[in-house]
Amino acid sequence: MAYEKLLLKNVGRDDSHTLDVSLAGGGYQALKKALSGMTPEAVLEEVKASGLRGRGGAGFPTGMKWSFLPKLGDKPRYLCVNADESEPGTFKDRLLIERDPHLVLEGIILSSFAIHCHTAFFYIRGEFQKGARIFEQAIAEAYAKGFLGKNILGSGYDLDVLVYRGAGAYICGEETALLESLEGKRGLPRIKPPFPAIVGLYGCPTIINNVETLANVPFIVERGAGWYNGIGRPKNTGPKLFCISGHVKKPGVYEAPLGIPFKELLNEHAGGMLHPDRPLKAAVPGGSSMKVLPAARCDVLLDFDSLAAAGTMLGSAGGMVMDSSTCMVGALLNLAEFYEHESCGQCTPCREGTGWFTKILHRLEAGHGRKEDPDLLIDVAKRVEGNTICPFGEAIAWPVQSYVAEFKSEFDDHVTKGACPFGGAAKRG
Amino acid sequence: MSTATRAVSVETEKKIDALLTKYPRKSSALLPALYAVQEEHGWVPEEAQDFVAGKLGVSPAFVAGVVSFYTMFHRKPVGRHHFQICRTLSCMLRGSHEVMARLEQKLGIARGAVTPDGRFSLQFVECLGACDTAPCAQVNDDDVPLLDAAKVDELLARLK
Repeated sequence: MAYEKLLLKNVGRDDSHTLDVSLAGGGYQALKKALSGMTPEAVLEEVKASGLRGRGGAGFPTGMKWSFLPKLGDKPRYLCVNADESEPGTFKDRLLIERDPHLVLEGIILSSFAIHCHTAFFYIRGEFQKGARIFEQAIAEAYAKGFLGKNILGSGYDLDVLVYRGAGAYICGEETALLESLEGKRGLPRIKPPFPAIVGLYGCPTIINNVETLANVPFIVERGAGWYNGIGRPKNTGPKLFCISGHVKKPGVYEAPLGIPFKELLNEHAGGMLHPDRPLKAAVPGGSSMKVLPAARCDVLLDFDSLAAAGTMLGSAGGMVMDSSTCMVGALLNLAEFYEHESCGQCTPCREGTGWFTKILHRLEAGHGRKEDPDLLIDVAKRVEGNTICPFGEAIAWPVQSYVAEFKSEFDDHVTKGACPFGGAAKRG
Repeated sequence: MSTATRAVSVETEKKIDALLTKYPRKSSALLPALYAVQEEHGWVPEEAQDFVAGKLGVSPAFVAGVVSFYTMFHRKPVGRHHFQICRTLSCMLRGSHEVMARLEQKLGIARGAVTPDGRFSLQFVECLGACDTAPCAQVNDDDVPLLDAAKVDELLARLK
């Protein structure tokens, strides 16, 4: 049976970002259903029963996250939408924001309703200027139509949505750093507990959800958890957006049920390898923070549990593909530079460790590496991993460990040959 | 106070005043206020940082800390056309370093610098979240997909 596109059902249409096109494609039907006959608790239960897991990276069950909120009290509850899509290799939320903002907005309204929230924030990375403009327009259209503001669709439910632009900081995609940034501060992650559901934005109970996660909610509400459970694999339910980039013919965002084989994404959706004479060498199925898989281990299914079993993670599904021309020392150096630049500097192991990685990898790539350098990289990674406030430490420690372990001989070659065998240092300029 | 000595224009001040009550807490106005300053000046001068600090009731040092934390706030002037070339993995695999080399050669400046006439500035930035269009860039607020040497030449000829 052909797969019915859900998340991307509208994006190919002309003016898909407008309310008219959204409505013509069935937009806001779920909102009408929920506000005319469902309680917030019923919406929450439906999302819980759907098995929806967060699409931002960790794959935590969304309904369970919502149920961590304390009993309703005097403090307002907030929903913060994480549109800080910054994980290298990831560009799926951008597509939804720019091409189907009303699907995202409907998900935000339904989710806010479910958790008794009356002010939601849309925190979008600063570089997405176009997305921010489009989303502001979508919000304005929704207010005009009575989908936002006071007494939405005559239900008595009120909601305001505010767009907030980040300003260039990868770390603000970490949920507590996002809250700090939204409060007008540097984006330094907070120590957990307390978790944001208890003490979040302005000290109030707060839920932070990824854009794609929320875009699933209208389908769950409209068609029910039972139907949703039929998509994907057990405990890994629903449609998923997979990004693929690097050495492939057709880089892009492709929708498929959770659990499709990586090779199907690569060969059928992305058109296969870019150069026919350069076979697959390695892939990172989940985004730069995840462990790399050498070609021989790339026959994996793309879902949370299958990739965990394969020793990596689905992450934000930011797949990056490298062919036989790629120097793995150079690739890791590129990522180490990213993490050194983006470390917030709060925790010493991360701030200093990322600098060490860069320094060691630089000298390896330049042909001045030492015999003990590969082991030294692993040693430093072990001292970073588990020793930081937020998962940023692991986000570089894991790639370092896996690149060195999987491609050890290539690291050694850089030392014995006294140069990058791929001419890498020269190529990087 | 004459216009010449104002840290921000009357118009920018009005924008900032409106931001102070837009969010549930005043503190949230900081990033949007800095954007308002940058929109006027093209960067965020120290006097304007101090002005914003006064409006929000925080110390100038606090504002300086925020400005320096976020890469999109410029602490010195950039060119009229500010080139931000993505350097992270997917773009590197598709040739971002060649694009940067071409720009440096054509503009006669190194990454991080501004041309003497103030027209262009050049910077490597981290993943722009557009890896399907690698190697990609932004020129000011605009996305520039699929760059190569020929597109660089064409772009430079077009931008005045």
